[in-house]
Amino acid sequence: MAITPTPRVRVPTQAKPGELIEIKTLISHEMESGQRKDASGKIVPRKIINTFVAAFNGKTVFEAEWNPAISANPYQSFFYKASESGELVFTWKDDDGSNYTSKHKLTVA
Amino acid sequence: MNLMKVEPSRRDALAFAGLAGLAALLAPRMAFADVAAVDAEIKKLYGDKKPESGKIKLDVPEIAENGLVVPVNVEVESPMTEADYVKAVHVFADGNPLPGIVSYKFTPACGKAAASTRMRLAQTQNIICIAEMSDGKLYSTKASVKVTIGGCGG
Repeated sequence: MAITPTPRVRVPTQAKPGELIEIKTLISHEMESGQRKDASGKIVPRKIINTFVAAFNGKTVFEAEWNPAISANPYQSFFYKASESGELVFTWKDDDGSNYTSKHKLTVA
Repeated sequence: MNLMKVEPSRRDALAFAGLAGLAALLAPRMAFADVAAVDAEIKKLYGDKKPESGKIKLDVPEIAENGLVVPVNVEVESPMTEADYVKAVHVFADGNPLPGIVSYKFTPACGKAAASTRMRLAQTQNIICIAEMSDGKLYSTKASVKVTIGGCGG
């Protein structure tokens, strides 16, 4: 049943200084809400990704706290204003303590 | 005289039984949040501070056929400079088992206070969005979504 969370991110590799880029992310995850019952009537325990963090060169630029109401395979898009070259790191934090990360180089010229 | 006294109490008892039955019918699934639960969440975050209207563009479908995946897009009007930016945005629902949907933390580096995700809605309900500016001002807006098939599995 359990799927291995695999992040998929769409982010440009190049940008002009001051350009506003849109970042789209998706991660495969069942996002078990803790509200659902299994066939025997027992509540399936909650297991969701509770936090998504986007950082540029180690500094957090955007953060989303997800509740069980977020759909399975959570999608998140947001904006980033390119100012200098560096690395964007996205981290998804799971209820079970696992972290999933995805890194992207961004060249600003 | 005696009969007249008995009559209303029996009617009350019947009405009470009817209400209890209705509650029993609704209860076995789960308890749902309501407007009060959303207000309590907002109070927890910002106390008694009253939000103003405006600035927020909350984009949700009027009718969602599938409550499992309902797109939600929020955008707050702001120059997003170090001096004036959107600090946080919270999205709540008043008819889900839990009122919270998502909370965003923005920084001036975002350039634009906008984000989209997808949410689960158990039933037809209101989506409430509240934004906190860097100067402490609050803004809020509300939109209703009709849900054809609820997204809570059961």
